[in-house]
Amino acid sequence: MIPTFQDYLNVAPIIIVSATALLEIVFQIIFKGFKKYVNIFSILGLLISIYFAIINFDKVSMSFSNMVFSGKYASFFEILFCIIGILTILQSSTIQKYYSINKIEYNVLILISIVGMMVMSAGADLISIFIGLEIMSICFYVLAGFARNQIIANEASLKYFLLGAFATGFLLYGIALIYGTVGTTNIIKIAQHYPIALSLDLHLLGLILLLIGLAFKVALVPFHMWQPDVYEGAITNVSGLMASGGKTAAFASFLLIFSIPLAAGNNNLIEIVSVLAALSMIVGNIFGLVQQNIKRMLAYSSIAHTGYILVGIIATNNFGNHGALFYLVVYSITSVGAFGVASILENEFGKNLNINDYSGLSQKNKFLAFAMSVFMFSLIGIPPFAGFVGKYYLFAAAIQRDLTWLVILGVLTSIVSLYYYLRLIVYMYFRDPENQNNIIVTNDFKIAISFSTIVVILFGIYPSSLFSVIRYIFNIY
Amino acid sequence: MTFEEIVFWSLVLVSGFAALMVVISRSPIASALYLILNFFCLAGLYLTLNAQFIAVVHIIVYAGAIMVLFLFVIMLLNLQDETKLRERMNWKSFAAIALSILFLIELFYIFIIKTPTPKIPIHPSSKEIGTVEYLGKILFTEFLFPFELTSILLIAAIIGAVVLAKKKFELTD
Amino acid sequence: MEPYIPIFLMLVISTALAIILLKLQQSLGPKNPNKEKLSTYESGMEPIRSAHERFSIKYYMVAVLFILFDIEVIFFYPWAVNFKMLGLFGFVEMLVFIGILFIGYFYVLHKGALKWD
Repeated sequence: MIPTFQDYLNVAPIIIVSATALLEIVFQIIFKGFKKYVNIFSILGLLISIYFAIINFDKVSMSFSNMVFSGKYASFFEILFCIIGILTILQSSTIQKYYSINKIEYNVLILISIVGMMVMSAGADLISIFIGLEIMSICFYVLAGFARNQIIANEASLKYFLLGAFATGFLLYGIALIYGTVGTTNIIKIAQHYPIALSLDLHLLGLILLLIGLAFKVALVPFHMWQPDVYEGAITNVSGLMASGGKTAAFASFLLIFSIPLAAGNNNLIEIVSVLAALSMIVGNIFGLVQQNIKRMLAYSSIAHTGYILVGIIATNNFGNHGALFYLVVYSITSVGAFGVASILENEFGKNLNINDYSGLSQKNKFLAFAMSVFMFSLIGIPPFAGFVGKYYLFAAAIQRDLTWLVILGVLTSIVSLYYYLRLIVYMYFRDPENQNNIIVTNDFKIAISFSTIVVILFGIYPSSLFSVIRYIFNIY
Repeated sequence: MTFEEIVFWSLVLVSGFAALMVVISRSPIASALYLILNFFCLAGLYLTLNAQFIAVVHIIVYAGAIMVLFLFVIMLLNLQDETKLRERMNWKSFAAIALSILFLIELFYIFIIKTPTPKIPIHPSSKEIGTVEYLGKILFTEFLFPFELTSILLIAAIIGAVVLAKKKFELTD
Repeated sequence: MEPYIPIFLMLVISTALAIILLKLQQSLGPKNPNKEKLSTYESGMEPIRSAHERFSIKYYMVAVLFILFDIEVIFFYPWAVNFKMLGLFGFVEMLVFIGILFIGYFYVLHKGALKWD
């Protein structure tokens, strides 16, 4: 029962990121001038974590008495979260100059939230997943209110916290009911009870309550109310982290928990999830049309994308699962980038976020305008960019599974979404600049945005490179 | 009715009453005090389930520490006139009430009318599951990983509390 | 359930006693209120405003930190009960747990979150 050294090695990525965060707290107390190096230190920690995730990549195992997975699926997400973390920290170096935020706490909270995400995507037990979710959420509640002299940030933090705590209650109740019916919280042991367990109403109720808890975290309609307000109130880079990392982590545990019961073909469950997906696509895209604030627009677009990804997951065939993972990767990188560009234009908290402020961006800064249009095209799903490939896979999977109505809805709402994504591009390229605020782009920021842009284009042209990895890792159990 | 059933139902009745009073009471302090009553009843329910440790922790942490925090927050907000906070009933509250009742009916249906005969064997050691010895044993062997993660969770909460609530927190570099 | 009967009885008696004593002094004591008696007495001065003062956020800080460390201490109990069985390994694991929270404690001290300035 006592864990061996191998157990610790298996969860090394998680341990290293936690250790980095803890060391930052210690160094802050010991060394006076640590503030200057904190960003580099965090990135270094994340890079080492990636290294260990790659070492563990090939062998799937469970550690600590079947509490946590490692290898393949887990490593894949661990690497993804580390990359998202690095991008977020690189982009934040600019924003830290504009509004006074405390660098060290900001870094520590981002790192700990990444620990939470990793645990969520690697959890082999509902308890681990729950603890991971709580670690991530608590960091997000604080990060949402980090600009604490802004009333809008306070509102965001409080709203997120109250609703999030409520959703956690649902999640826990679901876990309790599942434990009550099958007598275990281990995902694999639960899966052994399928499909008999699915015929128990109590078990089904537990799954649905669990679904509500996770649906809140990924912001599926009708559990999406918090998202636009929180994304607007949070520091823009933090919104990017929430939209990418937070969502991906919740989807990763969603896949771990629900891929088996959904595949078992329980009609009640499939109907409920399909309705959530359909509503998210409709509400996200239609509300996105009327948004003037870029952060709110991206928030609604993120709700819509949650719907698209869910379509693939409902299909539960290889096409759908692989497509969903592909789309998760592409969407995370895209949204980190898009929020990053928004953050650099916003040179004071809450300023320059209107669509009008983007007019004539191509004349002021060609690089930013190009990057932003790449992200927008990818979000629409236009061929040379990665978003198209992802959407294609998701919809093809749904057709295979006879969910044509969802696909029709998906395509129609994508067409609707064309309007607000293209509007931004039109403003950037075909309008004259309205104000002459100068944009300072640091090197850190350039690296981060170039990386995201290249990834989005590369995976659009060579999707098979990522798909081969996904095909290799996607064998959860 | 056996003794246990009498204890169970009286605890259920009192805790339900207390929970209702938490919501209905005009004064926030009264709500908080009713919440304590509710916590004590819940602790009693845990005892009927043989979960002594959870019962004690529930009283120490919830009825003790967290209620103090509640009272501090109520005094921090310093609501002068509670009647001002009264909300009018609108369609949203009606919809919320209707949905809650629907959920309640659903739960009743599943728990009482369609109670399934458990097809899957319950954990064999469910008798001793709540004792401190058993809890400690599995917490430090089987559930070691989540336990260690709890410390990370707590440290995130500590930093969060300091960042958000410290009065003079130097915001600049 | 039977071992709890004494505790249960004690709870019932103490609650009943508290209620009875309060009600007794209410019903037995003489009551002749007048205006002067009911007015608030504040060292012979007329009260100027409500006695409900707004609490400082400092109290809240202390309460939150108390809860967090309270939770930490709760974990000691199941560990101490099984101390012998868990052996050295359990000791080390607990040390890690405490060590991590110790960092948090030093952070709190360093930031002066417990200072009453």
